[in-house]
Amino acid sequence: MAEPRFTYLDHAATTPMRPEAVEAMLPFLSERFANPSGSHRASRDARRALDEARDVVADCIGAKAGEIVFTGCGTEADNSAIYGTLRRSGGFAVCPANEHHAVLHVVEHTGGRVVGVDAVGRVDLDSLAQALEAPGADTDGDSGGGGQVSVVSVMAVNNEIGTIQPMAEVSALVRRLAPNAVLHTDAVQAACWLDLATITPLVDLMALSAHKFGGPKGVGVLWMRPGVYIEPLLQGGGQERDRRSGTHNVAGIVATATALALTHAERASAITRIAALRDRFVDGLQAQLRGVRETVDREHKIAGSAHLCFEGCENEELLFMLDEQGICASAASACASGAMEPSHVLAAMGVPRAWARGAVRFSLGTTTTDADIDHALTAIPSMVDRLRAGRQGAMAS
Amino acid sequence: MKVLLGMSGGVDSSVAAALLRDAGHEVVGVTMRLWGGESDTGCCSVADVDDARRVAQQLDVDHLVFNFTEEFNTHVVEPYVQAHTVGVTPNPCIECNRHLKFDRLLERADVLGFDAVATGHHARVVHTDGRWELRRGVDRAKDQSYVVHMLGQNALSRTLFPVGEMTKAEVRVRAAEMGLRTAAKPDSQDVCFITSTGGRETFLGSRIPFRTGRVIDREGAELGTVEAIELVTPGQRRGLALSGAPKRRYVLDIDVATSTVVVGSEGDLLESGLQIHGMSWCDEPVTGSVLAQCSAHGDPRAGVLDNAGNLRWNEPQRMIAAGQSIVLYDATDDRVLGGGICVKGVEGDPAPTFVSPRTGAAWLP
Repeated sequence: MAEPRFTYLDHAATTPMRPEAVEAMLPFLSERFANPSGSHRASRDARRALDEARDVVADCIGAKAGEIVFTGCGTEADNSAIYGTLRRSGGFAVCPANEHHAVLHVVEHTGGRVVGVDAVGRVDLDSLAQALEAPGADTDGDSGGGGQVSVVSVMAVNNEIGTIQPMAEVSALVRRLAPNAVLHTDAVQAACWLDLATITPLVDLMALSAHKFGGPKGVGVLWMRPGVYIEPLLQGGGQERDRRSGTHNVAGIVATATALALTHAERASAITRIAALRDRFVDGLQAQLRGVRETVDREHKIAGSAHLCFEGCENEELLFMLDEQGICASAASACASGAMEPSHVLAAMGVPRAWARGAVRFSLGTTTTDADIDHALTAIPSMVDRLRAGRQGAMAS
Repeated sequence: MKVLLGMSGGVDSSVAAALLRDAGHEVVGVTMRLWGGESDTGCCSVADVDDARRVAQQLDVDHLVFNFTEEFNTHVVEPYVQAHTVGVTPNPCIECNRHLKFDRLLERADVLGFDAVATGHHARVVHTDGRWELRRGVDRAKDQSYVVHMLGQNALSRTLFPVGEMTKAEVRVRAAEMGLRTAAKPDSQDVCFITSTGGRETFLGSRIPFRTGRVIDREGAELGTVEAIELVTPGQRRGLALSGAPKRRYVLDIDVATSTVVVGSEGDLLESGLQIHGMSWCDEPVTGSVLAQCSAHGDPRAGVLDNAGNLRWNEPQRMIAAGQSIVLYDATDDRVLGGGICVKGVEGDPAPTFVSPRTGAAWLP
């Protein structure tokens, strides 16, 4: 059998590195290898590259270079923001129930409060207001969570379903009801789709992850508003102005800056092109198949997101068949063993379990082409028909 | 053929993968994630999934993980817990095989277009005269036909046991020759969701309330109490704490409804037969002389089965706890006929005089 056409529709998991970013990092893996925290000429060369990369990242998000902290990943940036604030200021954290685990698990682990979301995955503002207005009272009776709200974390774009959070409303609410709290946003899934410079004025801390926008794995960014201080997670050599110790990943940081600059420059045209591909994909599937529900309507989500629920299918089975046809997609997050877990995001939104079982996340990116969509539209309807027929056969026997 | 192989991360399924691949089959290995909670030696710990994946990588076989935790909880864990509340001693590994390793996996294999499923069990499927026979594994000491007895013709026709023709020693040699990381891995022994540190008591104690039971003899004389009647099993001798008991006492019967445990002498444990419920057959139903195996590695006992599921022993036999699987073999003690769940002694059986209301209903497949 001929190898099926490789069709990558999992850009929200990781998107391919920009060739320019690969090229930019190579010298720092060979001749420009030095540790930037030194004083000799080789160090100064690496330091200069690091400083310039920091300028580029700051420019792209409407910030100043000194406000940028490079971390080892997006998860580290999120953890630094929440743990770092709690350790410095005490109190407790608040987040919506459909946050990425890099935020949700920290909030839960520290006895914080988790608030509800609406049917499209936006944080429920009334529920958030209640959590912010009830300071000190540890109503759940569990450990921790005493004192007042010190950090609120709301993701700019949801990683699973692509929902864009109403950050302006969230920001206004937090400023009004919890003026002493810092507002953190996990913007890991936003970089390709939203102008980050429109988000930074609304928040105090923002996390990014390079491999989501064409940079390498192993680089995260934490933007910190001037005057906001956190207790660092990592102690050591005092890099990043004592905010994140550890030798700089110079090659990765340089590539990150290159990728972010390209993403920022091409964002508007990329969104137009990718939205058209996404619409053709979803409309095409719905024209050929009954029982395909778009989990979030398009006005509430990013252009690259096509999260679909296939009635009468199990996503483990659908993903297997997609993979056989060369189509890479995913569903919810996986546990340590690699097994897919039922989605906490869909559960929080109240998506019925019968629909959630057949949920698949297709996510498009800058390298997605018309040919990818053609292949997907050709392959998927027949496999869904087969799965549904097989399931009915299994139930009948 | 396109074969979906269950890979536990043990040596048997590792070698099964190699054998299937070498036989020219298109193999996909799958590890079923079954138990989401604490585990130490179980079949779905992350370390075991790692082993399965690494072996698959070495053999250039695709490896996936399927999440069947919901089904496992519904079909194995919940009934296991419920069974203890009605005085039944279940065998969860059998139910896991019945509902997950075969039923669920076969269904999924069908839906995904596989021709067969395979596992690393030590048993054999033999195709004779158009019928499918389930036979003991060649290695009698490691034979696992008991735990896969529930396979009928349809399932057997689509099931492969690649290591059933090998001894365990041969399997390990083969794994070592190929440099598989699982070559010297110890066999798993225990129920995967019961940890060695916590044991059955901790597991059940966090799910059901334990009740104190009265211990009486067959004449009704009070001999003492047990702290948790839910943990008592027929045939048990230890842990009864009968002060001043002059001789060894064994549990003959448990009546959870009245919180009563009946004890007696070792001789009182002998019974003339038992009743089997939920019988499944590998092929056509059978009555008459059979050999019956009553635990994973128990010796077969000779008896006569009637068409109502009453199995009368040729000689009185030590009693079998309700909930245990009874697997029937033909006269050669090689071919599996079928099996079911022990419910109680046969009608008119003189041994257990205390009539209990134990139903076993919660544990019927």
